[in-house]
Amino acid sequence: MIELKHVSFAYEKDAPVLQDISFRVEDGETVGLIGANGAGKSTVMKLLLGLLSGEGDILVDGTRVEKATLGEIRKKLGFVLQNSDNQMFMPTVYEDMIFGPLNYMLSREEAEARADAALEQLGVSELKHRHNHKLSGGEKRMAAIATILAMEPAAILMDEPTAALDPCNRRVVINTINSLPQTKLITSHDLDMILDTCERVILLSGGKVVADGPAQEILRDQALLEANRMELPFCIAGERRG
Amino acid sequence: MNKMEKALHELSEMDDLAAQDSPIHALHPLAKLLATVAYIVTVVSFDKYDLSGLIIFLLFPILLFQLSGIPVRTCFYKLRIVLPLVMAVGLFNPFFDRAPLLTIGNVAVSGGVVSMFTLMLKGILCLMAAFLLMATTGIDKLCAALRMLHLPSMLVTLLLLTYRYVGVMTEELAVMTDAYHLRAPGQKGIHISAWGSFLGQLLLRSMDRAEELYSSMQLRGYHGHFHYVAIAKARLRDVLYVVGCTAVFILLRMVPVAQLLGNQVVR
Ligand SMILES: Nc1ncnc2c1ncn2[C@@H]1O[C@H](COP(=O)(O)OP(=O)(O)OP(=O)(O)O)[C@@H](O)[C@H]1O
Ligand SMILES: [Mg+2]
Repeated sequence: MIELKHVSFAYEKDAPVLQDISFRVEDGETVGLIGANGAGKSTVMKLLLGLLSGEGDILVDGTRVEKATLGEIRKKLGFVLQNSDNQMFMPTVYEDMIFGPLNYMLSREEAEARADAALEQLGVSELKHRHNHKLSGGEKRMAAIATILAMEPAAILMDEPTAALDPCNRRVVINTINSLPQTKLITSHDLDMILDTCERVILLSGGKVVADGPAQEILRDQALLEANRMELPFCIAGERRG
Repeated sequence: MNKMEKALHELSEMDDLAAQDSPIHALHPLAKLLATVAYIVTVVSFDKYDLSGLIIFLLFPILLFQLSGIPVRTCFYKLRIVLPLVMAVGLFNPFFDRAPLLTIGNVAVSGGVVSMFTLMLKGILCLMAAFLLMATTGIDKLCAALRMLHLPSMLVTLLLLTYRYVGVMTEELAVMTDAYHLRAPGQKGIHISAWGSFLGQLLLRSMDRAEELYSSMQLRGYHGHFHYVAIAKARLRDVLYVVGCTAVFILLRMVPVAQLLGNQVVR
């Protein structure tokens, strides 16, 4: 589904952020992309979406990400931004939800049906006619996810989906992620959430892929995590202490 | 709550007003927009001494307040910041225009005083009409109506996004002011030396936000064509509303109703 081949990128010359990164995400897989602050996780996502362009090849469903294919690529990839306020720019949730489908030439009825289905799927139909600037943080995140689902993407990219959520909303988002059948690539510092949602983890550090393997293996490797400025997930740390 | 948050809360109340149900709310947004424009144009077109002709135009907003169920109090409360500005516009007229225009009892009233009151009334009337349009229509439908009038898409989108993000920016400013006051106890307001960095920060933050926002739009297939809310087709009553309002406005503009009534009473 998603493939990076020898991708390098730098915002400024002489300060490479990513150096020769390669990995694949298979259809239907849920993969966690982890790494310390500034490791380049968000940058990887922006490269995938064609918001940035670097060296090397990025393929989505066999199509190379380049200027001519952006429309096609972006239809396949849904991106849930870290800041839902920046994602939801229309006055109401509902208008936001039909914005994408309408741009892809769907009729208003079809777009509306998709919006309803997405809200239903997440169990948040009551948000439909709410005003975006009056939603709580948790509601905003659910609405943002619904907005992306309404586009029926083949894969979903999420940047810090549980940041700034209370435990209850965090759990709701985790359950939601687990209920979505799409291919998912998730970045987060919430390693417990990654453990709950992802079967595989890719660890970025110093602009390189340092580890790539089963979540249970990597997230239990204390030495590896600590060498890369991270800690064991709380649940595992607790297990060991207890 | 600091000042900014209060402002934020007030802004969000406008949506609640627009979400109410009334015969006025149910009218087609374009009909309301056109009628309001007709009203404002007529009001503005009055002569600067024609206070008596203008007074009858108070009826329109009063009627709308009644029909829409929006409290007059709310209107004046929300307009409290702009109203004084509007009032101030004609404040100097009495000093420049001292020629007596009419006498009430045995007091001569100068043209300047009359024109001051006329200007104030014009300002208040226009503000009320604009407020009522906004409070009974909502920004989304208003923008859709503006597009129907073929206003440039760029402008309308700007208006829509401004409305959406005024709140977010205010929140940001509120956080910054709080952070400032926490480290500058006992200070009133923000010291002038910090204004530059305050504005700079705000600008940088909004630029970052704008960039992310634009990517979010692009990612959802935006190509310069914005979709506004769907609005039901105009019905007969909408057409009647526009035609009726406009006709009445023109009539009242042509015929000095207040004067005629006055003459009747005097006779
Ligand atoms: N617009 C930019 N211009 C210049 N440098 C940037 C820009 N955006 C990010 N960087 C730099 O690129 C590096 C990677 O940033 P990125 O946002 O991808 O990190 P991240 O892994 O997502 O971090 P976090 O966990 O904090 O979100 C950082 O060192 C950052 O300073
Ligand atoms: Mg990031």
